[in-house]
Amino acid sequence: MTAAEIRDAILDILHDIAPDEDLSNLKDEVPFREQLELDSMDFLDIVMELRKRYRIQIPEEEYTELSSMSSTVRYLEPRMKGI
Amino acid sequence: MPFDPLENLRDHYDVVVIGGGLGGMTAANALARAGRSVLLAEQHFKLGGLATWFRRRGGHVFDVALHGFPVGMIKSCRRYWSREIADSIVQLKDIRFDNPMFSLSTTFDRQDFTRLLIERFQVPAASVDAFFDAARNMNFYDDQSFTAGQLFEKFFPGRADIVRLLMEPITYANGSTLEDPALTYGIVFSNFMSKGVYTFQGGTDQLIKLMGRELQKSGVDVRTRCSVEKVHVDRGRVRAVTLGGKQVETKAAVSNANLLGTIFHLVGREYWDCQFVEQAEAVRLNNSSTQVYMGLKPGMLIDESQCGDLLFSSTAPEFRTGLLLSRNITSRTFSFYYPKTRPGFDRCAVVASTNANYDDWNKLPKREYEAAKQHLIEDTLNSLERYVPDIRERLDFVEAATPLTFERYTKHLGGSSFGTKFEGLAVSRAMPEQIGGLYHAGSVGIIMSGWLGAVNYGVIVANDVDAYLMKS
Ligand SMILES: Cc1cc2nc3c(=O)[nH]c(=O)nc-3n(C[C@H](O)[C@H](O)[C@H](O)COP(=O)(O)OP(=O)(O)OC[C@H]3O[C@@H](n4cnc5c(N)ncnc54)[C@H](O)[C@@H]3O)c2cc1C
Repeated sequence: MTAAEIRDAILDILHDIAPDEDLSNLKDEVPFREQLELDSMDFLDIVMELRKRYRIQIPEEEYTELSSMSSTVRYLEPRMKGI
Repeated sequence: MPFDPLENLRDHYDVVVIGGGLGGMTAANALARAGRSVLLAEQHFKLGGLATWFRRRGGHVFDVALHGFPVGMIKSCRRYWSREIADSIVQLKDIRFDNPMFSLSTTFDRQDFTRLLIERFQVPAASVDAFFDAARNMNFYDDQSFTAGQLFEKFFPGRADIVRLLMEPITYANGSTLEDPALTYGIVFSNFMSKGVYTFQGGTDQLIKLMGRELQKSGVDVRTRCSVEKVHVDRGRVRAVTLGGKQVETKAAVSNANLLGTIFHLVGREYWDCQFVEQAEAVRLNNSSTQVYMGLKPGMLIDESQCGDLLFSSTAPEFRTGLLLSRNITSRTFSFYYPKTRPGFDRCAVVASTNANYDDWNKLPKREYEAAKQHLIEDTLNSLERYVPDIRERLDFVEAATPLTFERYTKHLGGSSFGTKFEGLAVSRAMPEQIGGLYHAGSVGIIMSGWLGAVNYGVIVANDVDAYLMKS
């Protein structure tokens, strides 16, 4: 998947997790937590959805990589190359 | 044909979930939705565990653990269960305290508590804000030696009345005391303070029915009246479980049963390393409870404005958490259930709860035990008379539950109502490092107990199990 496709995939997951949030103005460089009402359970949901949808395994120590859209895409790009 | 709980059982599952409490059901549902084959085995004849209810002659229905939970339950139910379940969660807006130090009514949220602390308890606004922020910013990694008692002393020195206001409801909600880590207090208290206390409209029976339906939809193989007797470990990994005398192979097991029961009875001491056994043996179980269930005659309604939804009542001049466990305690919570709990139903019910020590009840000879139960009922009615003067005339049914009752129905050691003290969480989390594929998801560590804690812990563990299954 390309970076743009990964971004769309993450948006898709965020839509499911936080259906009431408006994601159209999401700033990629700003941490999710500063723009959306996400708690630690929501981050866990992102991890679970990535595993379910793309069989991507993220170890617990690396959950912090998912803090913003740009860090998430950067982290996932090499891992989702073949998908 | 006799009923056979094991009919059509498969020989193999990806995961067996042992116990159908909220933690077990939620883990089972999440794993099935992630595409795993899941067997959920519950020893009792109904799902729910401590989240339970019962019916009695004359059409009475009593909820055991539906006094209230934090708003976070709405989101968790929507995400891990269904919108229908989430949409039935409503706020309880009238929470009352009545004790020799103060009597008041509150919506039990940060805004209203701030108002009370400033206006009634005469605390400067800045201290109140600083306290709320400190509580909210606490997390799991904080210093465990800093206690709830020290937290209160830091922000409200010498204010026994404020300690009572802040601590008493949490002591009832999860058995914690002033000696427990401040972080467990901060997390649970902040969960409640974010938006108040919530309940499930329709009653526990309706909630568990809806959850049962979701489990079916997700494809979980649900078996009630089905006790797991053994978890079999082979070369450091889970291989199978025995239930009803039959062995079923499985790659993973999630135990929703009591933490210590899981380690020492379901698995067996010899499968763990000594250090872990020591750590597990040092885990303190939480206290148990007593309850008195009072069903009013049909149509005999209590006026909501008279009693509110939840009442923390006490005649003890001071608040001391240790004393709350005594059999002679005058402190109890009353939950008032009006027809609005189960729309269409014409009954009121009152459930009184106290925290209790298992040993105070376990050691009694049968006759004394029965007498103590009767005594508990009388004390409770006397206390309730102060709020509902003619309660005895309105009463149609009354029954008491003791720590032995809780033990019998849930198999929790010591009839523990709220799992374990804080140290239990680390032991629960460490189980899969000791035995591959073996997990625990049930109330532990204070922060993972209660309805919300159990549901969320079920999800956290389901995530670990799913990752394990993908690797293996
Ligand atoms: C009196 C009382 C009042 C409470 N009030 C509230 C409240 O108002 N709000 C709130 O949030 N929380 C409340 N709680 C706490 C809350 O109910 C519990 O923390 C929560 O329900 C526990 O869920 P759990 O997943 O840990 O499992 P549990 O409910 O403990 O369920 C465990 C299940 O495992 C089953 N089991 C055990 N061993 C086996 C075996 N070998 N094989 C098969 N099945 C087995 C048991 O039968 C049981 O169904 C209350 C608790 C009590 C006791």
